Amino acid sequence: MNKIKSAFENGKAFIPFITCGDPDLETTEKLVYAMEEAGANLIELGIPFSDPTAEGPVIQDANVRALTGGVTTDKIFEMVEKIRVHTQIPMVFMTYANVVFSYGSERFIKRASELGMDGIILPDLPYEEKAEFDPICKKYDMALISLIAPTSQERISMIAKDANGFVYCVSSLGVTGERSGITTDIGSMVEKVKQAKDIPCAIGFGISTPEQAKNMAKYADGVIVGSAIVKICAQYGKECVKYVKEYVKSMKEAIQ
Amino acid sequence: MSKGRFGIHGGQYMPETLMNAVIELEEAYNHYKEDAEFNAELQDLLNNYAGRPSRLYYAAHMTEDLGGAKIYLKREDLNHTGAHKINNVLGQVLLAKKMGKTRVIAETGAGQHGVATATAAALMGMECEVFMGKEDTERQALNVYRMRLLGAKVHPVTSGTATLKDAVSETMREWTSRVADTHYVIGSTMGPHPFPTIVRDFQAVISKEMKEQCLKAEGKLPDAVLACVGGGSNAIGSFYHFIEDESVRLIGCEAAGRGVNTAQTAATIATGREGIFHGMKSYFCQDEFGQIAPVYSISAGLDYPGIGPEHAMLYDNGRAEYVPVTDDESVEAFEYLSRIEGIIPAIESAHAVAHAMKIAPKMEKNQIIIITISGRGDKDCAAIARYRGEDIHE
Repeated sequence: MNKIKSAFENGKAFIPFITCGDPDLETTEKLVYAMEEAGANLIELGIPFSDPTAEGPVIQDANVRALTGGVTTDKIFEMVEKIRVHTQIPMVFMTYANVVFSYGSERFIKRASELGMDGIILPDLPYEEKAEFDPICKKYDMALISLIAPTSQERISMIAKDANGFVYCVSSLGVTGERSGITTDIGSMVEKVKQAKDIPCAIGFGISTPEQAKNMAKYADGVIVGSAIVKICAQYGKECVKYVKEYVKSMKEAIQ
Repeated sequence: MSKGRFGIHGGQYMPETLMNAVIELEEAYNHYKEDAEFNAELQDLLNNYAGRPSRLYYAAHMTEDLGGAKIYLKREDLNHTGAHKINNVLGQVLLAKKMGKTRVIAETGAGQHGVATATAAALMGMECEVFMGKEDTERQALNVYRMRLLGAKVHPVTSGTATLKDAVSETMREWTSRVADTHYVIGSTMGPHPFPTIVRDFQAVISKEMKEQCLKAEGKLPDAVLACVGGGSNAIGSFYHFIEDESVRLIGCEAAGRGVNTAQTAATIATGREGIFHGMKSYFCQDEFGQIAPVYSISAGLDYPGIGPEHAMLYDNGRAEYVPVTDDESVEAFEYLSRIEGIIPAIESAHAVAHAMKIAPKMEKNQIIIITISGRGDKDCAAIARYRGEDIHE
């Protein structure tokens, strides 16, 4: 049974993102437990990619650190296996199409599902290309998460109708990373999704402060934060766990 | 299968943020490619601004020296801005202007595409920003200055390996952050649909002219057409109108760097496998987990870990051959063509010259080879001198 739904059942969901293997996989594992304790409802595990074209400098650097440290898809699968002994918090992978494709799409998705992952986000896989991956995801009960952007306009309804798990609402133009202000009319984006399908919407890209999170949570069912957390990992390295935990706690409280 | 497929290759693997932009581009292109006024305007620019048609030159000395097939050179190096890149850029910037865009952005490797884009932007009154790997800004400092002189802003890219692939990634990132008024002028026959088709159509003028010129000079088609391949725009342009003529061998010359058995290579067909990157499915140099390989070639313009999707299809169906050519072989060819014909080719184009030097002696004297000299080699002189141990600087 896919666990994503449960993430949105108790109020607004807080969804943190971390890059697996930054600074190492032991720390990533500890971060998962700490973030769950701090109130995270769903966790995005980034599988690093050499050329992450949707990421800003903060997550790009995390990918470089993780890959330089020798992280591979197989090692991340082994880590997930360990994590699932301890917690059933909903988790999705976030990576790029080539990481899945080159592993063998079915082999990757089957393995991820067997290990207890609940879904996958591929930012370089638009609606037009999802037919290549979606039937495999459905076969193994993995949600292939759809993204909508401020430029999506009339595409939102088409994308939402066919979405699974939750809809990832990209808050702003550009790549991932903190922003001082978000000017997109998120409310109307979410409204268009809801008109097409009753599915949770989570907003990501550019959110870093509790005030922003609180404001965004007004419009959606969940808030996704990546770069701000990855920045803490970059600053404190292996000592980052307690700082990330405090941060996640403050963000979760802000959206309650 | 989605749109823009070449066999199993191609497609549109792009962030959602850019999907409406590529759809809008496809619609505009489909409209304007049939528009008489657009085509007349483009033809005028190609003829009177870029200097087309480019010459098909009979390389008599090289032919005699190699002692086999007759060798002709398709002189794209004589175009304005010194390379074939201008063919595509004039088309795309004119299209962008018709679409109401006011700003163009581009990646560049050797700097030829950046210079061409900056040139077209200056001509058509568009704002222009070019992304170039930091390593390449150092290898090709003169081209950086040329772009600035033409009014473009040049951004050195420090992410990843700081070469062409990173410049492409950074330009895509820039496009996602400012898309409404901006067109991304992709420089090769790569990226998401419709770019591989648009770039191929604008470069196909090379083989169109080549065919007419060869028939006029020799009364028959060539036996082989050779072009260097990175992403593959001059090669697809050189091949396109010959695809239907099965007697014509189409040979793409990849940059093998220090050799296909070393890690320092950029020969995608020789060493890569199927993958998804930079908006397309095609062959890419990558490790077992799909991480894109840090490729290497002496040529900044061929230093790319992938190949355009149409080439991937032509390789799959056997219509074209792809051969690796090393740095050493290319540098020798660079020097050879300079001495024997008085033509200094771009180090990229020298890869095709090098392969012609291998096959021409084995061919009959009544056979014909056409080599596309995709660009001129002035930009490479300092780097080649350094390769040969002479410490000269621009």
